[in-house]
Amino acid sequence: MSQPKTMFEKVWQAHEVVPETADTPAVIFIDLHLTHEVTSPQAFSVLRERGLKVRRPDLTLATMDHATPTRTEQVFGGAPITIESAAKQIRQLEKNCAEFGVELLGLQDERRGIVHIIGPELGVTQPGKTIVCGDSHTSTHGAFGALAFGIGTTEVGHVLATQCLLQKKAKTLAVEVAGQLATGVTPKDLILAIIGQLGVSGGTGHVIEYRGAAVRAMSMEERMTVCNMSIEAGARAGMIAPDETTFAYLADRPRSPKGAAWDAAVSHWRTLPTDEGARFDKRIDIDGAALEPMVTYGTNPGMVVPVTGNIPDRRGDPVFDAAMRYMGLNAGEPIRNAPVNVVFVGSCTNGRLSDLRAAARVLRGHKVAQGVHMLVVPGSQEVKRLAEAEGLHHVFQEAGAEWRESGCSMCLGMNGDTVAKGEYSVSTSNRNFEGRQGVGARTLLASPETAAASAIRGRVTDPRELLNG
Amino acid sequence: MNPITSIRSRTVVMPSTNIDTDQIIPGRFLTTTTKEGLGQQLFADWRYDANGAPRADFILNTPAAQGCRILVAGRNVGCGSSREHAPWALLDYGIQAVISTEIADIFRNNSLKNGLLPIVVDAATHAWLIANPGAEISIDLQTATLTLPGQAPVGFPIDPFARYCLINGVDELGFLLSKNAAIEAYEARRGA
Repeated sequence: MSQPKTMFEKVWQAHEVVPETADTPAVIFIDLHLTHEVTSPQAFSVLRERGLKVRRPDLTLATMDHATPTRTEQVFGGAPITIESAAKQIRQLEKNCAEFGVELLGLQDERRGIVHIIGPELGVTQPGKTIVCGDSHTSTHGAFGALAFGIGTTEVGHVLATQCLLQKKAKTLAVEVAGQLATGVTPKDLILAIIGQLGVSGGTGHVIEYRGAAVRAMSMEERMTVCNMSIEAGARAGMIAPDETTFAYLADRPRSPKGAAWDAAVSHWRTLPTDEGARFDKRIDIDGAALEPMVTYGTNPGMVVPVTGNIPDRRGDPVFDAAMRYMGLNAGEPIRNAPVNVVFVGSCTNGRLSDLRAAARVLRGHKVAQGVHMLVVPGSQEVKRLAEAEGLHHVFQEAGAEWRESGCSMCLGMNGDTVAKGEYSVSTSNRNFEGRQGVGARTLLASPETAAASAIRGRVTDPRELLNG
Repeated sequence: MNPITSIRSRTVVMPSTNIDTDQIIPGRFLTTTTKEGLGQQLFADWRYDANGAPRADFILNTPAAQGCRILVAGRNVGCGSSREHAPWALLDYGIQAVISTEIADIFRNNSLKNGLLPIVVDAATHAWLIANPGAEISIDLQTATLTLPGQAPVGFPIDPFARYCLINGVDELGFLLSKNAAIEAYEARRGA
């Protein structure tokens, strides 16, 4: 019998155009290249300068999400886009896609959305594929057993021109999550706890495989939330073995295989999971049942505590001291009851239908606290339609929250959806770096449930207090 | 890309751990369609006050930092967003090498592809560099060594292919395009 292999090794080997040698990296074939307005213009310029074409437009899909407006009048009503440079970038993507024959799901397309949300929705994200995008949260697609990672703009150009990348093989890291998450504890809390344990560089050089009972019990949307934040532990990719949950999600998606091709695909996908006895370079264990809702207190996603816990006292550590100064919080204080000015529900981490349902479940029959601004931004136009069909937008609007068109929005504030200097934002997004949500903004990362509960109380709140009665 | 064989410069030191790419170039400056001019916005939120005036206490605004082409940073520099605007901004400003004990994967890759040298050193060398800001040091890519004043050269790890490309000014796209026959064979084998 051949050597047992990890899922990563199987996908890697199946995509080796030229294997790695001592002197040269491997040439790896890319099955799906997702692209957007912010990290592609300079890559298209290189193609133009060198007289190159897009080699495989059939494996390339473009959309716009990062700098796009979320106000309906600017998306659909013909009102000018507030930020002129963003409008220019949008026009440039339209021009580039038309010139190079790349399919674009443009500003008013009903299939538009955050690139990592629409790939799975359309069914182009599939097990065993290599998927890249000029965005670090491309790791999201690993939830399907794809090898998916973020690349820079030079590499976007490489993939456009050759459908390949030069890559060195990564190491593997198994994250084993035993038990089941308790009520009120979500996959967002799990991934924050994992990052807290690994640290923000603990995954550097590795591809993570999330394994164990808690992971197997998750829906696809939940698995995507976990894989999404792999990069926040330094890992470029996170993967979860495909199973019946994966196949059920993909069946009948607009671009998933159909008929005999579907049967053949599923047979192949069943061969992808890591073989019994395969060796990982590193392993960590997490007790899923012991986890609580998690909230970040500092300026990187590894600075995280249970919502029932206290900010640790690491005074004297320059990173900690700088974070406390920036956040205006104090060592040793409970994180619960920390002030809240803004609540953001959305992003490629927590902008899917199940996330909006979770926030609405907490919010239903309540009002957003006086002085708190809550923004709910669906991850795609499809998520928006489905949420509206269930009346979730009414729940948000009746509570006093704003309901917008889809996009990355306040996760990184490129489109003008920002948090003001010094304000505290409980956000379902993925990064609490200084200034991420606006100059001087103070971000506390949390689950949709915790975000909604905190919106109601106007203070950081354990969502279980509201879920239980 | 121009060939790079060595760099000799004084260092500018930013000892903070986990300097993420959102700090190197904040997101609001990414609505650009070119690579040029980003040096103006390098570390913008640390470098300028609310009115856009330089903050006197930020290291890059001090007289000693002027003309330094080597940045010594705390552990895990370049983490976070994949924005290649980070190395573009550093290069446009005039930085040609970033030294740390640990450099985040995507930032390291992006840097190599633009001729910004990401140099990983051991803890002792790093501690010396942090303690001696402004030291005149040299980086030799041919021998993959770093030389501190009055000390013997110390080696640093660098991917041999990346080193070859940097020294010879070879661009990786050209190399990939030369693999066209292998790519075609792969596509044929896979049934595209």
